[in-house]
Amino acid sequence: MSLPPQLEELVEDFAGVGPKDRLQLLLELSRELPALPAQYADAADTMEQVHECQSPLFLAVEVEPAGERTVHLYFSAPPEAPTTRGFASIMHTGLDGEPAADVLAVPDDFYTALGLAEAVSPLRLRGMAAMLSRIKRQVRAAVA
Amino acid sequence: MAAPTDQDPKLAEYAHPERLVTTSWLAEHLGGPDLVVVESDEDVLLYDTGHIPGAVKVDWHTELNDPVTRDYVDPEKFAQLCGERGIGRETTVVFYGDRNNWWATYALWVFRLFGHEDVRILDGGRAKWIAEGRETTAEQPKPNPVEYPIVERDDIAIRAFKDDVLAHLGLVSSGKGELVDVRSPGEYSGELLHMPDYPQEGAVRGGHIPGAASVPWARAANEDGTFKSRAELSAIYEDEQGLSSDEPVVAYCRIGERSSHTWFVLSYLLGFEGVRNYDGSWTEWGNSVRVPIAQGSERGEA
Repeated sequence: MSLPPQLEELVEDFAGVGPKDRLQLLLELSRELPALPAQYADAADTMEQVHECQSPLFLAVEVEPAGERTVHLYFSAPPEAPTTRGFASIMHTGLDGEPAADVLAVPDDFYTALGLAEAVSPLRLRGMAAMLSRIKRQVRAAVA
Repeated sequence: MAAPTDQDPKLAEYAHPERLVTTSWLAEHLGGPDLVVVESDEDVLLYDTGHIPGAVKVDWHTELNDPVTRDYVDPEKFAQLCGERGIGRETTVVFYGDRNNWWATYALWVFRLFGHEDVRILDGGRAKWIAEGRETTAEQPKPNPVEYPIVERDDIAIRAFKDDVLAHLGLVSSGKGELVDVRSPGEYSGELLHMPDYPQEGAVRGGHIPGAASVPWARAANEDGTFKSRAELSAIYEDEQGLSSDEPVVAYCRIGERSSHTWFVLSYLLGFEGVRNYDGSWTEWGNSVRVPIAQGSERGEA
């Protein structure tokens, strides 16, 4: 099973450096998380909260109605939660703009390949698994 | 030589004013001799986004826990952790962090297990320092390593294990000891098998240890993250809950972090003697075979 190209690249980036640099990479990603577009900025109640994250994280999933059913992802997390923002940014960089079928094909445990357990702790990583499963659930519902 | 005690009038009311410093005290004493500031957060990246100038980071998950056994680091590892950060045995260590100093008090508690004497909390933590517009930097400090002695951990005075808690139940039922459950009301009653938003730290049974008072930990904090005044804390723990400063108390939560905040409040702000933190907490008790459990909002019989 192959990962979407951008996600594959991220996994390689993380796997290629030591634990301390992995944290720096995650920090850079947290800064790159795009701001919420206007249609969500004032409508947080239309987004889904990812309760498994230790800090408030909201996500919205849009699936294009035709063609490859391209998936678009939107995230909201506060600046004082950089780890959560970093996880969201991995999802955004890796999955935004990909066809629904490719998003659904990402293995649920793909994040173990990032090698973050040592630097971040396994407990904190659960938030990332939950994010992916919630994204998949919404995509599945949209294409059903 | 230890740093001077903060003479702030609010702190002076507490049983042990020497265990806290205000933001203005810290701003004045930053960079002073034999003073090390330690940031300890829930979010593992927060320190790197900017921190108090000169502060070093200690991450609870990855640095204070043993990576294999469910326990804290051993004396060699602790000595290394301190030495690398320029912390000597006599150094004054001021802890601060996110979320009402939740993880900062946890780190402080682990330092006390190793008998490090001069440990203090920055009242209001990271949030207050930033809200006051005080200086932060992303620059990593380069402390001069020092020699920290290898000291045995004392797991008796301020730490309780499951068997200790079972023995303590006898005192609770005869009114000579107390238990404090610092989790949310839903976890206490048994409706939730984990803390809201933290399902990964679950248990197969819900409820609380029979006889435990329910005092969610954050009741001890103000909106700005500072600790409530001594009078307000006394009203909660002593008047409302009937805890007594001369009876042994065991505090617990789910893995022992929120309860170290309450341990700090009872021990140093209210002056209780003999408070222990049960770090096995609900993730041990709620998964153990044949231990007594009470459900619902009442304390139940120990």
